[in-house]
Order: sequence, then C-alpha cells, then structure tokens
Amino acid sequence: MNDFLTLMKPELVLTGIIFLLLFIKIGKGISNEHLLLLLQVLLLLNFLAGFFYNKPGSLFDGMYLTTGLIVLQKNILNLAVYLISLLFANWFKRLQHMPEFFMLMLCALLGMFFLISSGNLLMFFLSLELATIPVAAMANFDLDKKRSSEGAMKMILSSAFSSGIMLFGISLIYGATGTINFTEIPLQLHGSTLEVLAFIFFFAAFAFKLSIVPFHLWTADVYEGSPMAATSFLSVVSKGAVAFIFLSVLYKVFLPLQVLWYNLLVIVSVATMVIGNLFALRQQNIKRFLAFSSIAQVGFILVGISGSSMQGTSSVVFFILVYVFSNLAAFAVADAIATKTDAEEIDDYRGMNKTNPFLSWVLALALFSLAGIPPTAGFFGKLFLLTAGASKGSYLFIIIAALNMIISLYYYLRVIRAVFMEKNENPIEKITIEPSTKLALIFCSAGIVLIGLLSWIYDYIQSLV
Amino acid sequence: MNLSLLILIPLLTAILLLLLRNATQVKWVALAGSALQLVLAFVLLYNFRQQRIEGNTAQILFETSYNWFPSWGISFHLGVDGISVAMILLTAFVVIAGVLVSWNVTKMTKEFFFMLILLSLGAYGFFISLDLFILFFFLEIAVIPKYLLIGIWGSGKKEYSANKLALMLMGGSALVLVGLLGTYFSGGVHSFDLLKLSQLQIPVQTQMICFPLLFVGFGVFTALFPFHTWVPDGHSSAPTAGSMFLAGISMKLGGYGCLRIATYLMPQAAKEYATIIIVLSVIAILYGAFATMMQKDLKYINAYSSISHCGFVLLGIGMLTKTAITGAVLQMVSHGLMTALFFAVIGMIYERTHTRQVSEMSGLLKKIPFVITLLFIVGLCSLGLPGLSGFVAEMTVFMGSWQHPDTFSRAATVLACLSIVVTAVYILRAVTKVAMGPLTESFEQLKDAAWNEKLAAIILLAAILAVGLAPNWLINLVSPGAEIIMQKMQ
Repeated sequence: MNDFLTLMKPELVLTGIIFLLLFIKIGKGISNEHLLLLLQVLLLLNFLAGFFYNKPGSLFDGMYLTTGLIVLQKNILNLAVYLISLLFANWFKRLQHMPEFFMLMLCALLGMFFLISSGNLLMFFLSLELATIPVAAMANFDLDKKRSSEGAMKMILSSAFSSGIMLFGISLIYGATGTINFTEIPLQLHGSTLEVLAFIFFFAAFAFKLSIVPFHLWTADVYEGSPMAATSFLSVVSKGAVAFIFLSVLYKVFLPLQVLWYNLLVIVSVATMVIGNLFALRQQNIKRFLAFSSIAQVGFILVGISGSSMQGTSSVVFFILVYVFSNLAAFAVADAIATKTDAEEIDDYRGMNKTNPFLSWVLALALFSLAGIPPTAGFFGKLFLLTAGASKGSYLFIIIAALNMIISLYYYLRVIRAVFMEKNENPIEKITIEPSTKLALIFCSAGIVLIGLLSWIYDYIQSLV
Repeated sequence: MNLSLLILIPLLTAILLLLLRNATQVKWVALAGSALQLVLAFVLLYNFRQQRIEGNTAQILFETSYNWFPSWGISFHLGVDGISVAMILLTAFVVIAGVLVSWNVTKMTKEFFFMLILLSLGAYGFFISLDLFILFFFLEIAVIPKYLLIGIWGSGKKEYSANKLALMLMGGSALVLVGLLGTYFSGGVHSFDLLKLSQLQIPVQTQMICFPLLFVGFGVFTALFPFHTWVPDGHSSAPTAGSMFLAGISMKLGGYGCLRIATYLMPQAAKEYATIIIVLSVIAILYGAFATMMQKDLKYINAYSSISHCGFVLLGIGMLTKTAITGAVLQMVSHGLMTALFFAVIGMIYERTHTRQVSEMSGLLKKIPFVITLLFIVGLCSLGLPGLSGFVAEMTVFMGSWQHPDTFSRAATVLACLSIVVTAVYILRAVTKVAMGPLTESFEQLKDAAWNEKLAAIILLAAILAVGLAPNWLINLVSPGAEIIMQKMQ
C-alpha cells in the first residue's frame, strides 16, 4: 500500500486536482479569476511535489514502472503545464468553460504520465488513448470559430486512424512473440518478417503522434484551428511525452531490431527535417509557421534518437526541456498578441519592437533558441542531438541535418526581421499583459539563457539515464 | 594571469548595459568596458612576454580548465600562444575604436552597444579557447549581433544584406560543425580538446574529409573565393562600427580557425589541398583587386579590397612555410587595424557629407583636414607603403611564398604581387578625387573630427605604426606559434 502511494504519487496528486475541479464545477460560484489563481497555485504545488519522496520501482506485475529518469520526465511535463497556466492567463480569463478546459488538459497529462510509466503494451495503448482524446476536445475550445471544430475533427479522425494502426501492430507483436510485457518482448524478437511488419505498423502510429513525415499532414491544420493554449499543449507536452516513451520503446523493447529502426529513423528524420523546413518557409500565419517548424524540430529529435541509447536518451530529454521553455515562450507571445488584436500573420508583427519591446525581445530570444543560436539553450540542445546522432551516423546524414539548421534559421530570421527591421506605419498597439504572464515570460527567458550554460543540468539528466 | 577575465569583463559590461536606462550612461559604460579590455590585452601581452623572457617555452601559456559537460568530453579549456595574443590585441583595439566612433548613435542606443560588446565577447572567447566545442560556441555567438547590427542600424538594402550575411556565416559554421564532429569521433578519445587532439594521429582518410569541411567553413568567414559574396553587401550596409567589427574582427575569426584548427590538426590533408587553397586565394586576391577598380562607393571600395587583402591571409596559410604563416597572421592583424580605420574614416566622411559616392566629393582636404589626412594614411597603408603595417605583412607573405622553389608557387606569388599595382591604382584614384580639386559648394559648412573620432583614429593609427615601424615584437610573438604548426607538418 505504501509503495502504491509513493510510486504513483504524480498520478495521484493529479487525480486529486481533477476531482477538485469536478466539485468546483458542480458547486459553481467561483469566478474565472479566482479559479485560475487557485489552479496556478495547485499546479505549482503539483510541480514541486514531484521532487520529493521519489524512488524507483514497479507496480502491478511490471505494468507500471518508475525510475529516476521517468520522474524527471514527469516533472518536465508538470512544469510545462504549470507554465501554460501562467502564460495564457489572458485567454483563460475570458474562457467560458474554464474548469472543463483544465480538466481535459490534466486528464491528458494523467494519460501521459501513465504512458511514460507503462510497462506493457496494454497499459501503453490505454494511456495513449487517454492522452490523445482529451486533446482533441481541447482543440475545439474556440467555440465560435469554425476552424477550431474543423481542427478538432481532423485530429480525432487522424488519431483514431493511427490508434487503429497501432492496435494492429500490437496484435501482430503479440502474435509473433506471445507476450505483451516490455521486458519479455525483446527476448522473443528474432527479426522474422512478421515481426518487422508488426514493428513498422507500430512505428507508423508513433509517427502519427509525433507528426513525422509522411504522417504529418494533420499537424498544421490542427495547430492553426485550435486555441493557442491547446496548440502549445499539443506541440510541447504531448510531443514530449510521446518522444519519452518512444525512446524507451526503441532502446529497450525493440533493441533486437536495432538495424531496422536505425535505417528507418535516418530516412524519416531526413524527410521530416527537409519537408518541415521547406513548408515552414512559406507560411504567413504564425501558428502554421510554428507548426511546421515544430515538425522540423521533431526531425532533429530523431537524429538524436538514432545515436547510442545513453547519449540519445539524455540529449533528447535535455532537448525537450529546452523546447518547453522556448516553444512555450514563442506561443505565449503570439497568443498575447492574438488575444488582443486578432493579428496572426507574420506581416502584422512588422515594427512591433517600437510599441512592445518586451514581447519583441522575448520572442526573439525564443526564436533564436528554436533556431539553435548560442548562447541560448537551443544551441546546446541541437548540438547534443547532432553529436549523439553523429556517433553512428554517416557524414552525409549529419551534413543534411546541419544544413537544415540553416534553412530553419532563414525562416526564424524572417519573423525577427519583421519585428525589428521592417518599417510599419501602424504597428500593433501597446499590449498590456497579466503580471503572472510577464513573470512566466521572464522565467522562460531566464531558462532559455541559463539551461544550456549551467552544465550541471545536463549532467544531472545524464546521471539518471 | 587568468584568461577568463577576457570573457568576464565583456560579459559584465553587457549585463551592466542592460540594466542602464540613460543613453549617456550607456555610452560611458561601454567605453569604460572597452578601455578595460584594452588594458587587459596589454597586461596579457606584458605577462606573455615576461614569461617568454624567463624562458618558459611551453606551447600554450596561462592554461586554465573548468569542467563543462564532462560526459561529452567538453571542458572550458582556455590558453594562449603568441598568435592568439596578437589577435586579442587586435580585437581590443578595434573594439574601443568602434565604441568611440558610435558616439552619435541615437536609435536604440542601449541595444546597439550591447550588441557591440556581445560581439567582442564572442571574439575573445574564440581566440582563447582550446576546446573545439567552446570555440564553436563563441564563433556562433558572434553571428547574431552582426545580423542585428546590420539589420536594425544599417543603411541601404540592409535586410537583404543582413540575411545574406547571417545565412552564409551560419552555413560556414554548419560545415565547421560537421568537421568538428568528424574529428571528435575519429580520434577514438571522444574529446574536443585541441591539445589532446593534436597529440593524436588523426587517420589520413578522416583528414581528407574533415579538412575541406573545416577549411571551407572557416573560409566563408574570411571571404574565401567563391564564398566571399556576403562581404561587399554586409560591409556596405552595416553601420560604421558594424563594418569595423566585421572586417576588423569577424573576418579574422575565419583566418584564425583555418590556421589553428584545420591546418594544425590535419597537416597531411593541408599538404594535399595546398594547391587548391593557393589557386583560390590568388583568384580572390586578383578578383578582389580588379573588382575594386570598378567601385564608386567608398564602402564598396574597402569591402572589395578586403577580399583581396584577406586573400593574402589564405595564401600565406596555403604556402605552408613558417615565414608565410607568420605573414598570414601579420596580415590578419594589419588588415584588421587598417580596414577598421578605413571604415571609421568613411563613416566620418559620410556623417558629414551624407554621401559615399566618390564622384560627388572633391576638395575635402581643405575643409576637414584631419579626416582626409587619415584617409590618405590608411590608403597608403592599404597599398603597402613601407613604414605602415600593410607593407610588413604582405612582404612577409611574399618572402614565405618565395621559399618554395617550384614554378607553381613562384607563379602564384608573382600574380599575387601584381595585385599591389592594381591596389595603388584604385586607392590613389579614389583618395585623390575626394581630397583634391575644387571644394564642392554644398560642403562649405563641414566641421572637422570631434574628440571621440580623433581619439578612435589615434588609437588605431598608433597600432598601425607600431606594427609598421617596429614589426619585430609582433613577428617574435607570432613566429613560435607558426613554428609549432610547421613542426606538425614534418
């Protein structure tokens, strides 16, 4: 019983908050403003609670596992959700059904926690569904916008499709190996055709969730239609969680098929980087732009995964930590502008630094970090991914990856150019942001600058792997 | 002496700048910071010479190392030899002059000086790092300030130039990155440490792949033909201090990298590729010189002549003799000082006349004698007049090149020498047109240089004379470093 409480602490705390929200919803009589404050405090406590009384172990015959690394991954996700609650305060306050939105978001987060901790295919599939379906509902939250429902529809259909493929893959794996337990599968894998087929189905479903080319088509439409808070949750938290479990599935469960998945990874990672970048070049809408750029970022994550398990894991976890800060900051600035002025085109941002210097510099910092320019943490993140990938990769693979950094720099600079260099008669008006948002933006900026420079953060992640 | 001071002082200056609100305070803090850098550079020079006189013959002095990402084999490893000391001195001179000539910047003053200081931070870090990872880190730190300096404070087609510069330089550093990763994994020690790597025999096969990547990558920074196209656009669109930093410091990062990383770590490949390097650098020298003849804008004249002058740096490296490599380093220092002064003078002229077209100016010597005299001096330095730094540097490169007895090297040397004649033509033509003749009427009201401009010019001029009149101290500083690179060749 005691084991149950300590090992499953993150999930239990989260469930507690969800129930509390449910009661608040039934009871009514609390304004959005107070509720948001309460939630921010609760999420902060939830984040802090993640650092105490942790120990590795497993529950339910290995269905649920936890290790130091898994705890860290959950903490990263917790932090991201806490930051979302601060960064999008403007939007939340105007929201008609705020408790529901948070309930959905925390349910999805709960699903992700179980996903990361899952120790067999059944648990894995169940938690993946729990992590996906609420997000589709969140995408629909701009109730008066048609695009929002369209995005939600696209998301639910494509994720249902990918779940179908994954389930098919899982059943084939079970057929080939006779087990669904993560520790037993690798012992039974010998590289037969059936196993290869099963793995490819399994891989394709992951590719859907991570929006890896050629399964990326849903991403841009969903990102564009959804409210910014849902988009950022989708692109940061959801991608992060799937990438975490992807690491352990590849390195542990499918280790015997390493040659296969390595080749597969190289091909799709090149395709993902190139196509994500080329499409991002032409986008005018900031959300679509960030959507395609995040596809390209996933391509980089795959470069890191293609390396050895030790360096691959630590560099990917580190990159996602950096990604949380940089991507959330970029989305938050875009949201602050969109909520006030409805401006979502890059051209609308021209001359913005005259009226909103603070937002402009935060945006610049976030974009530099996404582009991988030092001294921001993004530079370290990208470099470690490339180094991890280079340990096994060919020169050609790394050159392609490095050149893709240049393409991506071009479009990130396009935004910066609009903000700082191009002239505009009537730039966006002066935007006043909530104090909590401002604080969170400062925190994100500090994170972007410091996470890379303080090398002990990376060393800590490395020590857990 | 603790070398991290060279990073800490610009860093603290930059942070302090961010906290200030008043434009006047910003300027004085930036000036104080850069003056401190200059003092530090002199202290370093003094200590370095003192150590050498006391008989300390170690390759690298003042080594310090801090743990940084130990799991990747990265450490914050700093140290200097004579070549780096020379480059640090150059940087310090250009930085203080750049800050002084920017005294009248009114648009976003704080951000402007912040970018200048950040750029100098990148340059110092680059020159003192002995770990390839942090070297790369500092190399890239210096790119974005340049982009913003040109894009925000520049003139003309600034957005285009800024983009072109940032993308080409980042492209160059992407090649460098691949080359570095190749080196990292080939040695078998998984270390980025320059000294450790230099002890290893990197397999020739790896050298043949990584050397071109590294050399071309760094070459982009130093206007290696055909990757020089960012130079004219970037320099001409940049604000005065931006051009000074670009030509005076940033182009030298590339030359230093070609020498210290590519050639030093991969001597066999350097020998193999020497022919190609020589051909490309001679093309750059001649092409740059002839292209300058066609220019009508003072900034373009200096930008194209920079391509030609930086060709000498690469020629010296490609020739692979001790004298030629010493000459290459001297040329880096000399060109850095000279071109910074040249851009400063062009900026002074432009601020007064609001034009940079040679054809629109004449007779300015009567009205603004100080500025135009400077233009004369720097022009003469550029065409290699004895007594100024250009002569010393170019002569050393030619002497070093002539040591190769084969026809190919001789022919290359002769062709490179020819460019001096062309240089004389374009420099004298432009300078005479601007200075002599009847004074253009609209320029009756011009005022001569202000205190900050005079001070900037005198600082740079003193350095040019110090190299030109008494080159021995610099040659003695640099040549042991060149010797070590040559020893690895054997």
